[in-house]
Amino acid sequence: MANLFDWVNERAPNLAPTFRKHMTEYYAPKNFNLWYYFGSLAILVLVNQIVTGIFLTMNYKTSALEAFNSVEYIMRDVEWGWLIRYMHSTGASLFFVVVFLHMFRGIMYGSFKRPRELVWILGMLIFLVLMAEAFMGYVLPWGNMSFWGAKVIISLFGTIPYIGPGLVEWIMGDFLPADATLNRFFALHVIALPLVLLLLVVLHLAALHEVGSNNPDGVDVKHGPKGNRWDASKPLDAIPFHPYYTVKDLVGVGFFLLIAAFIIFFAPTFGGWFLEHDNFTPANNLVTPTHIKPSWYFTPFYAILRMIPSFFGTAIWGVIGMFGSILMLALLPWLDRGEVRSVRFRGMGYRIALAVLVISFLSLGAVGAGVTAELIPEWFPGADATTLENAFGRIMTLAYFGFFIFIWVYTHFGLEKTKPVPERVTMHD
Amino acid sequence: MIKRYLSAMALALGLFVVTVPAFAQEGGEGLPSAGTNVNDRASLQRGAKLFFNYCVGCHSLKYVRYSRVASDLGLSEDEVMSNLNFTGAKFGEPVISHMPADSAKTWFGKEPPDLSLEARAKGVDFIFNYLNSFYLDPSRPVGWNNTVFPNASMPNPLWELQGLQVAVHSEATPGHDSVVEKLELSQPGRMTPEEFKGATRDLATFLEYTAEPAVLERQSVGVWVVLFLALLTFLLYLVKHEYWKDVHENH
Repeated sequence: MANLFDWVNERAPNLAPTFRKHMTEYYAPKNFNLWYYFGSLAILVLVNQIVTGIFLTMNYKTSALEAFNSVEYIMRDVEWGWLIRYMHSTGASLFFVVVFLHMFRGIMYGSFKRPRELVWILGMLIFLVLMAEAFMGYVLPWGNMSFWGAKVIISLFGTIPYIGPGLVEWIMGDFLPADATLNRFFALHVIALPLVLLLLVVLHLAALHEVGSNNPDGVDVKHGPKGNRWDASKPLDAIPFHPYYTVKDLVGVGFFLLIAAFIIFFAPTFGGWFLEHDNFTPANNLVTPTHIKPSWYFTPFYAILRMIPSFFGTAIWGVIGMFGSILMLALLPWLDRGEVRSVRFRGMGYRIALAVLVISFLSLGAVGAGVTAELIPEWFPGADATTLENAFGRIMTLAYFGFFIFIWVYTHFGLEKTKPVPERVTMHD
Repeated sequence: MIKRYLSAMALALGLFVVTVPAFAQEGGEGLPSAGTNVNDRASLQRGAKLFFNYCVGCHSLKYVRYSRVASDLGLSEDEVMSNLNFTGAKFGEPVISHMPADSAKTWFGKEPPDLSLEARAKGVDFIFNYLNSFYLDPSRPVGWNNTVFPNASMPNPLWELQGLQVAVHSEATPGHDSVVEKLELSQPGRMTPEEFKGATRDLATFLEYTAEPAVLERQSVGVWVVLFLALLTFLLYLVKHEYWKDVHENH
């Protein structure tokens, strides 16, 4: 064994130092809490999607005529095919659960602030690619919601002046989502975007390991006292990632898998939220589903699209609003000028704004998913449901964008009254 | 620390487990529950019998093989081939109705849909309530209408069993058309209303199974997977606790 190690080391002398740099000698603050599980869980889900995806492609047929049948073939005739498919479909939804929580952690503890802007930007790029990846994957089963979802989303590009209509045709390769669309989406979904995603994840981690991890206190452990048990020059309040955080993250993995298993084995459609009822009907360009709505993880952005009205004879404002809502997140490091990172020591205004952000995001999700369209007539019988829903959705859209405007005003003009940040991290045990 | 940790996890898991059953049921909003139990093998067998006697004349189950029905429902090849298979298909072949598509269009205005995935597309509650809600309506081309799916093309295939239902309409008032208030049995069938509800429940159960044959296997495997993962997570927690002892001591 030692000989083998020497043999490899002689030929690849950088391997061991690389492992040390990123694992055993990557010093992370010792006060990570529950919110810090979601980064490693995102990697776990990414691996799950790739592995189950490989097995799905072995039996999936990329053709508008055969796609739907081949998915049912996987569900019924392929050994354990149903398990592989549910792992993939549940994984897709849980990917977004994990990523949303991971992003929220970053906002809450100010992890996007100097010197981690690059980590944040790379993360936002991952999020964008993930959305494209999920959208194209959703089209592949070629159910009726796949078809109509694809039609609605691709049509968004038609709102761009001059080139819009031509662009839509170019993206679809036809006048409707069709065989050509399915084939190119397959190519992008199984090879192009996963490659980009993997590259971005590597860069995201590399950028993180250059500057080091933030922590729930937002305290810079690198600038604190030095000298821990392993290295006199390293921060006192940090511990080696391996083995400490590897064993800790494994607990998170176990718990996460437990939840995933509950869904996969006992509620794989999750009541129509993870696999929609309308997608168990084959694609049909003559039959429109009663409610065309995107997968749950797109609903907040879809609601912004729907709630912004058309004016000056174009519907492009909604599209701009939808993409703008993601761009705002990417701009956070430059909008939020506050010196204090963690919400624990920030002003009351910030705490309230953060709560508003969460409420508006969840409310927009409810609007986009059609939950409010169902509840409003029940709660306010006799009222004009559409007007009420639009009013609610627009207030929530304003609240969402209001967060970013407020944060800039609040921090740029020095209105925030922060609490003193401690010298060292705190541990609650 | 351990207590805090474990109780937080227990709470999260508890909340989650409580919400899962709410999401486990498939579709059929606002309709009375069908009350199916897909693990009830006798109900599945009765449902299969009804399907192959009353439905397969028009509706296919193109994703379902006779052999799979036999193994999943605990029936022998002989039983399936002589009691259920009236299409003349081989044992390993899927259930395809013999109704010619063109004639079906002439007779009903549309081709009878394949029912393999009906329970996932529309929900078992829909199937159950739909089958119970046929009534005579001379204004319709085939003489039947349905309160759950108004102006359905299908005549009541189970009328012999259920009997004939007629609609009791509300008074038409200005601005409001008369609507169907309730359905009444005008001529009893071979089954009592209670028996008929049971029969349609069995049929819905069978279609719940055909929509996802894996449902039987996934639930029985799932119990073991969850138990294994619970044990694994506990062991991983113990490992973590051991490794982190010095971090907490040196704090």
